Amino acid sequence: MPDTFLDSTELILNMGPQHPSTHGVLRVILKLDGEKILGTDCVIGYLHRGVEKIAENRTYTQFNPYVDRMDYVAAVSNGLGYCLAVEKLLNVQAPPRAQVVRVILTELNRIASHLLWLGTHALDIGAITPVFYCFREREEALKIFEQYCGARLTTHAFRIGGLQYETYEGFERDVKEFCEMFPPKVDEYEELLTNNRIWAGRLKGVGILNGDDCKEYGVTGPVLRAAGVKWDLRKAQPYSGYEQYDFEIPTRENGDTYDRYIVRMQEMRQSVRIMEQAVEGIPAGPIMGKVGKVIKPPVGEAYVSIEAPKGELGYYVVSDGSTQPYRVRVRPPSYINLQALDKMVRGALIADVVAVIGTLDIVLGEVDR
Amino acid sequence: MADEQKPGGSEAPSPPAGEGAKPPAKPAADAAKPPPPKPAAPPKPPATMAATPWDSALARSVKERFGDGILATSTYLGQDFVVTKPDSAMPVLEYLKLDADFDYLVDITAVDWPKRAERFDLVYIVYSFPHNQRARIKVQIADGFEPRTATGVHLTANWLEREVFDMFGIRFAGHPDLRRILMPEDWQGYPLRKDYGILQQDVRWVQENLGIESGQ
Repeated sequence: MPDTFLDSTELILNMGPQHPSTHGVLRVILKLDGEKILGTDCVIGYLHRGVEKIAENRTYTQFNPYVDRMDYVAAVSNGLGYCLAVEKLLNVQAPPRAQVVRVILTELNRIASHLLWLGTHALDIGAITPVFYCFREREEALKIFEQYCGARLTTHAFRIGGLQYETYEGFERDVKEFCEMFPPKVDEYEELLTNNRIWAGRLKGVGILNGDDCKEYGVTGPVLRAAGVKWDLRKAQPYSGYEQYDFEIPTRENGDTYDRYIVRMQEMRQSVRIMEQAVEGIPAGPIMGKVGKVIKPPVGEAYVSIEAPKGELGYYVVSDGSTQPYRVRVRPPSYINLQALDKMVRGALIADVVAVIGTLDIVLGEVDR
Repeated sequence: MADEQKPGGSEAPSPPAGEGAKPPAKPAADAAKPPPPKPAAPPKPPATMAATPWDSALARSVKERFGDGILATSTYLGQDFVVTKPDSAMPVLEYLKLDADFDYLVDITAVDWPKRAERFDLVYIVYSFPHNQRARIKVQIADGFEPRTATGVHLTANWLEREVFDMFGIRFAGHPDLRRILMPEDWQGYPLRKDYGILQQDVRWVQENLGIESGQ
């Protein structure tokens, strides 16, 4: 067919940075042939605050609250990773009681993070109801954070060496009630979505990223597990006593958007399982390990990573023996996962971009830091 | 800045929280700390990372294969790393991927040591899914040296190297798309270099693009 029959020039379309389905300030420049995506270019950095630079100008303790502002929907995970990294440099360990409370709060935070993802992802696809359900339960999780430390989002829950606060009276009861209340709610979400024809139609076969591609792009977290790679840092390199808990790593085979949805749903159930076990046996004892008032790790460096809700969250901390970190590098899962967007949407339709951004579960605060 | 005061203030309530652990920790810390600050200042320069040699089949095979290219194989806090000459980093990375199953490039980053002749440490963190093992490759490079890109070995290196370029001004030879990624494209200066002040900014850029006198 001659080119002149229908105008076949490529179209450059700008999406974002102010766009409801980019989950923050992400700008994607799309090269289109009709509705088909020929290529993308992500423009990021709108939320860049220079977190790594700030770290070099603060003491180890002072920098702790800043990490909560990266992935602000999973602030507890950010804090845990940072504390573990500095503890590694100091060669101390949080006491058992602190470790168990850390696990409970981190898993609760994973649920809160996944709920925010599910609600907004469903909203992007066109399902209005789930977001209200998700926020209803997320509220219960946030209430526990609020009672524990007074903050709902940027919790600053942990300190280097242990916990910021002793648990409040009724903490165990609240966590148990949450664990009892929550699984039926997951059934409820699944009833709305899992076998919903529109939901499946919009997600199945969309944004496929297979296991080899995931490794090649460094993609981790639920995206990797949905592609059939059974890898979770909580199992592979346990920290904070995760080896004591009995839980599964949910995986799926197809690596499409629907499988990533299923994996995250099952992860929420597994998080409840971990919390149930942890809350049963919170040991008594101190909540702070033996760290001095002035934190001054010996000269050295360490890389410590944890399984954050979005994937591998790592901290590479270099100490020059002073009270301020010489260098803190954050290995942000959102940033690295976002790089695979181009691969996932090439050849797909423009509406799929929205689905794929949603399924990558990025938080721009963490992408840009 | 007001901000300077705040974190200091937040440290005050910390002693009560850690009460249980403090009594034993305090005498030790006090005994060790007050004397050092003055006398410890001169003996500080030799303070280096107390790394020990890393001896394993992998370390030996890397050494054997690259000989002079490998400057050291060490371990610190149970974390293994290889220090290589600048030109050997890519072959080692490739070797680790293809022959030793280190199939996941976790991160690339840099550390600036302005007083050193080879100013930057370039750090590659790799992980092996089959062996559940981590390692780091470290290279010391001078300002202006252009290390070879890792994009040919791991696709994920693309954005990671762009960020290192953006923050440190290290250019990667052969990178397919070496543009700034987090900072504006026409920003002058590399923020994570040690000689870049925390309050420093590209005044011209701020005035031209934001229409304000100063971003501070």
